[in-house]
Amino acid sequence: MKPLAVSSHTLVSALGHGRAATLQALRSARSGLARRDFETAALGTWIGEVAGVDDTVLAPEWAAYDCRNNRLAELGLRADGFADRVRHAAARYGAARVGVFLGTSTSGILQTEIAYRHRDPVTGALPASLRYAETHNTYSVAGYVRAALGLRGPAHVVSTACSSSAKVYAAAARMIEIGLVDAAVVGGVDSLCMTTLYGFRSLELVSPDICRPWDARRAGLSIGEGAAFALVERDPEQVDAWLLGAGESSDAHHMSSPHPEGAGAVAAMRGALASASLQVGDIDYLNLHGTGTPGNDAAEDRAVAAVFGSALPCSSTKGHTGHTLGAAGGVEASICMLALQHGFMPGGLNVGQPDPALRSNYLCQLREQALRFVASNSFGFGGSNACLVFGAAR
Amino acid sequence: MIEVCVLGVGALGPGLADWAGGQALLRDPAAWQRQPTVVPPPGRLPPTERRRAGTVVKASIVVADEAVAAAGLDAAQLATVFTSSTGDPVNCHILCEALAAPERLVSPTRFTNSVHNAAAGTWHIATRSRQPSTSLAAFDASFGAGLLEAAVQCVAAHAPVLLVACDMPYPEPLHALRPVADIFALALVLAPPAAAARRLTLEVSGTAETTGCSDGRLEELRRTIPAARALPLLQALAGAAAGRVVLEGLPGLSLRLQVGASA
Repeated sequence: MKPLAVSSHTLVSALGHGRAATLQALRSARSGLARRDFETAALGTWIGEVAGVDDTVLAPEWAAYDCRNNRLAELGLRADGFADRVRHAAARYGAARVGVFLGTSTSGILQTEIAYRHRDPVTGALPASLRYAETHNTYSVAGYVRAALGLRGPAHVVSTACSSSAKVYAAAARMIEIGLVDAAVVGGVDSLCMTTLYGFRSLELVSPDICRPWDARRAGLSIGEGAAFALVERDPEQVDAWLLGAGESSDAHHMSSPHPEGAGAVAAMRGALASASLQVGDIDYLNLHGTGTPGNDAAEDRAVAAVFGSALPCSSTKGHTGHTLGAAGGVEASICMLALQHGFMPGGLNVGQPDPALRSNYLCQLREQALRFVASNSFGFGGSNACLVFGAAR
Repeated sequence: MIEVCVLGVGALGPGLADWAGGQALLRDPAAWQRQPTVVPPPGRLPPTERRRAGTVVKASIVVADEAVAAAGLDAAQLATVFTSSTGDPVNCHILCEALAAPERLVSPTRFTNSVHNAAAGTWHIATRSRQPSTSLAAFDASFGAGLLEAAVQCVAAHAPVLLVACDMPYPEPLHALRPVADIFALALVLAPPAAAARRLTLEVSGTAETTGCSDGRLEELRRTIPAARALPLLQALAGAAAGRVVLEGLPGLSLRLQVGASA
């Protein structure tokens, strides 16, 4: 693909609001995870909750969109002056020439989950105050961002579980390359809700302990939430990083387990390298999907070894943020761009006993080093795989 | 402007059992009788999967198979774009009910099937296709967004793409807040333009007058099921003549389509 400029990016996660807070946490090996309850869910597990979501107020004209997911989106738009950067781009290119492509898995479903506790005892009706279209519906977060930023270009939400907000980068790159839009807001927003907290527990994929990707004792994931945005554009005035390649594939294996040899993941990584016209040896660092479930990490390790061998430095940052699900691709894309901008490789947290069965060169400590090219893996239910390759601003 | 061609069509809706039989009804709606959509069991799925799959998954697979067979292509080689306003509404309702109960007992299968890409995942497993797949949503504009994404992918990759759109009603109480009239599904196999195939061009523009269905009963379907927003395009494809269709898009955005004459 033709390299695509990322002119601005930001992220909000359990590590904090914006790039500086995230960078500081990554540099000091601080996790944002805590053993805590969320809403009425007291599950005794570690959660990556974003601070300040409950206190966030949307502008009065967008009050219908009010829900945890769109408040989290709003926090992302405010961070690092991101909304202003987009408005500037809209003024340059025209609002109709700026697209919005965002990923989410559960959108604002928490609103409906709560509404189901308050059904009319006689008719079963939901409270009339529930704004389905603006909160629960899968598209609502892109609808909110498009409205709040005054954009009028094409928009959609990609919802392919935990690969969603990586895949939107590929979608935006295609749209810009073909000439449908000149710029796009990409990224993802996913917020804590009962569906995922209880759902992943029902599959026995949640760790009772803090998540420990690549540790021999790893016992599952820790659920987090996050918002990450990037502005990609044809004719940038400044460049934070370059999107150089994107690879997408399907496992064609199982709805909730990865292919044991990581066959789909291999195809996504090779596709990303080919699309970036780079060789295996060009990549300096790989941000793993690395959820911390025994099966996922083992399959990803085999896939990474098949593509890159066992020398490439790699790590998972889910020990910092938790698994932000539909936002994970966007959050980790932003972390990769921070790594390129500031010259470091994040170290994976919570590894006390590295799993001897895993062959990857997993970093347990941050490594300071100038980077040219980095890759980021995102895999999801339904066997949906994506890999992105970013390059340093030059 | 984006230019592709249509190699195959699949359709399923109220009084429309498939595209093969539905074309004549869409050309001359006088003979069309609205009856509740009947989703046939998808032969593609093994019996256990057929029982487990939700209606959105089944309807999506049925229309996808019809379109792929018409195109004469190998399903395992096709990239896919799935689009749906809601995903599986029945599954969503049952999960919300379970989460509102004191025990909050969630079925792992229900949770797994709650992802928006359940239909896409099932299709790729059933067809053993490792090709890329995306699943997207744009509320009432979901079909238009999916069509645009599929056409863009087709042009970007110079390869055929399977587009599958499906929407169905929520059970109550969500139905009252998000009424969808019935099940409607369609699939299109798009490919780079070829001399022998039906041409389709797409252009994104500002607000333009949406093309409706001249038959009042079909127009009712079009307005009350998001995936049925495709009906004017399906009517154009059912006829032999060239035609123009404006698809309702997002606020301030329309999708202008030009369908070439039958090759």
